[in-house]
Amino acid sequence: MQIPFTVAPRPDTGVNNAKLGVWLFLASEVMLFGGLFSAYIFLRIGAPEWPGMVGGHAYERASDILNVPLATLNTMVLIGSSVTMVMSWASLAMQRFDRYRLYMGATIALGFVFLVVKAFEYGEKFSHGYLPAENNFLAIYFVLTGLHGLHVIGGILVNMYFMWPGARMWKTDPKRFTNRIEIAGLYWHFVDLVWIFLFPTIYLL
Amino acid sequence: MADHAAVPEGHHGEDGHHESFWRKYIFSTDHKVIGIQYGITSLLFLLFGFSLVMLMRWQLAYPGQPVPLIGWLFSDDTMPGGVMLPEFYNQLGAMHGTIMVFLGIVPLAVGAFGNYVVPLQIGAPDMAFPKLNMASYWVFFVGGVIMLGSFFVPAGAAKAGWTSYAPLSVIESMGQTMWLISMVFLITSSLLGAVNFLTTIVQLRADGMGFMQMPFFVWAQFITSFLLLLAFPPLEAAAVLQLSDRLLDTSFFMPSGLVVSGEVVDVAGGGSPLLWQHLFWFLAHPEVYVLVLPAMGIVAEIIANNARKPLKGYKVLVYSLVFLGFMSFIVWAHHMFITGMGQVMSTFFQTTTMIISIPSVIILTALFLSLWGGSIRFTTPMLFALGFLPMFGIGGLTGLPLGLAATDIPLHDTYYVIGHFHYVVAPGTILALMGGIYYWFPKMTGRTMNDTLGKIHFWGTLVSMNFIFFPMLIQGLAGVSRRLYDGGQIYAHAQDVLVYNEVMSIAAWVLFVFQIPFIVNLLVSMKKGKAAADNHWNATTLEWSAAPSPPVGHGNFRDLPTVYRDPYEYSHPDHDEDYWPQDVPPAEASEN
Repeated sequence: MQIPFTVAPRPDTGVNNAKLGVWLFLASEVMLFGGLFSAYIFLRIGAPEWPGMVGGHAYERASDILNVPLATLNTMVLIGSSVTMVMSWASLAMQRFDRYRLYMGATIALGFVFLVVKAFEYGEKFSHGYLPAENNFLAIYFVLTGLHGLHVIGGILVNMYFMWPGARMWKTDPKRFTNRIEIAGLYWHFVDLVWIFLFPTIYLL
Repeated sequence: MADHAAVPEGHHGEDGHHESFWRKYIFSTDHKVIGIQYGITSLLFLLFGFSLVMLMRWQLAYPGQPVPLIGWLFSDDTMPGGVMLPEFYNQLGAMHGTIMVFLGIVPLAVGAFGNYVVPLQIGAPDMAFPKLNMASYWVFFVGGVIMLGSFFVPAGAAKAGWTSYAPLSVIESMGQTMWLISMVFLITSSLLGAVNFLTTIVQLRADGMGFMQMPFFVWAQFITSFLLLLAFPPLEAAAVLQLSDRLLDTSFFMPSGLVVSGEVVDVAGGGSPLLWQHLFWFLAHPEVYVLVLPAMGIVAEIIANNARKPLKGYKVLVYSLVFLGFMSFIVWAHHMFITGMGQVMSTFFQTTTMIISIPSVIILTALFLSLWGGSIRFTTPMLFALGFLPMFGIGGLTGLPLGLAATDIPLHDTYYVIGHFHYVVAPGTILALMGGIYYWFPKMTGRTMNDTLGKIHFWGTLVSMNFIFFPMLIQGLAGVSRRLYDGGQIYAHAQDVLVYNEVMSIAAWVLFVFQIPFIVNLLVSMKKGKAAADNHWNATTLEWSAAPSPPVGHGNFRDLPTVYRDPYEYSHPDHDEDYWPQDVPPAEASEN
């Protein structure tokens, strides 16, 4: 038994199964982060001051607590990784598997850079005793960035699978493998996009 | 379709025809096996959830008296000397709701029937993502085990009700953490399922099957999957926030200056209990439609088949369904009229709530009208479908006063709400699901269920369910609150209606007795039932007309069917037989 339209698109819908599936999955992810962003708005509207008291000091701007330069760097890192992700897919479309390896490796490396920078940021907060329990600003900061971080880790794991064990499919079914990289890319761009919303909302506003 | 091509996705190099027991029955990727796994698990959970409430009903009917026969089985933390403690009563209540909704009805309606029937009805060899399908079941299973396991942690299972309202749920014992973790698993499982259903329905329809040639059941599952896909993630977000409140001492749902047992709780504060209610009901209202739409789909199938005529207004039914799905996302705060969220909000949400009742009424009316002029066969599944119509009608109509702020305020949190909700879900959805089991059992097993036992099951269930739920409406109108440990004994205003407590409890136990013929019937018929024909009910939809009973192991059909006409061509004037299956070629073509 073979499932139809796993590789070729269905003529009347114009997509293959996996592509439709990943778009649906991303729609649910939008609702997940949408729920959390709504919670952020709800809490902020109800708060007398924002970000408010942290470590016995009343702050007026989020950027006084959080490290904006590091987060800007991380934004660049993620955007860069999205570019290399597209390049890795384009390399496969041009039958250049060696280049694919290069760009996919870069995407994975940039993902790790993002996590390391994030770990430094977290470490700095922890060392000042700025924990999630401190106030609702820090709480929503840690939950939103933490959940985003988990998504980055998930993306890195997927990319590592396609870098090494999953890449064997290139020999047996190159068309399907190319599709898989496109789909992994859609997810990776989504994670990037979430950060692009997260960064100004939490750090700058 | 050459069945020699039966190499599973991923090329493991295994021979598809000689799978091990584990691959075939436990970690199967075949949608039929997964559907049956879902079915068995959810029926067991339904029985378990029902047992919890049977215990509670003893306490409500005879408060403070030791439970006979089985009271000694329980520990001193729950029922010392057989007398139920209030804490244990609360655990039973919270777990009854949670288990029935999330581990019983949804997996039966969507996981079992959706999985088994949808690919067959659209002429697909399997679901679009078979491995994801397997993962969905096993994630659900783990979630269920965690939920059951929460009874055994210190201080027992969650006690904050199935709605887990904060801040009570945040200061709760460990059982609540288990509840939240389990919910994250269950939500993930629904999510995987929803992606799979939507992709399957869009991508794998047989040649010739446009969206308007899909059976109504497939449409119902399609809209249900959209609700699951988009409504569940905000609850996942809420669960994450509540977990963080419990484990990291954050204050998302904890207001400033909260006093518990005479002491101010030591948290930062500034959070909002209302935020939980918004996030929860944003899921839980669409969830009500997740419980109801598949049932409507099943009833539509059974009615068209047994009235021997096409569904009345198929297109209107479909449009109503789509509109209903859309509207269900903007009615949630009608659960929150007494929270003081403000006049503007209340006006908006009661308006949308009145609007959403229109498509529900259209669907129910169209199903009633489909009976008009039919030559009705009173088979067992048809009895259940016919029982669904008035019962769901009562459920829907009793909901109107709850949808308007002015009438909701006195009724809120009374037994009236419980009665209303149960009329929708128990004599409504559960009757339809039972009907679905009788209807598709011959397809699943190749055997039929016993008709006499089925009829005993139906009449006993219908009558006893009404004796359970109708008195709830009466008690609620008298002002008796829900979640009372003693059933309202200490309240003067409840004295006149206390007599119903015993009636309801006895009816609940009678309801259990009438499930025994069903259980026996189900188990015995699997092995010893009369053999069923491939198209046992002379139906027009593909699962009956094109697939053998039971369908082919991998791939469902011997040859993938092609669709030539609408799903319910019964008693068509241009056709000799009173049913004209979707996959039978038109006469000219077959003569060539």
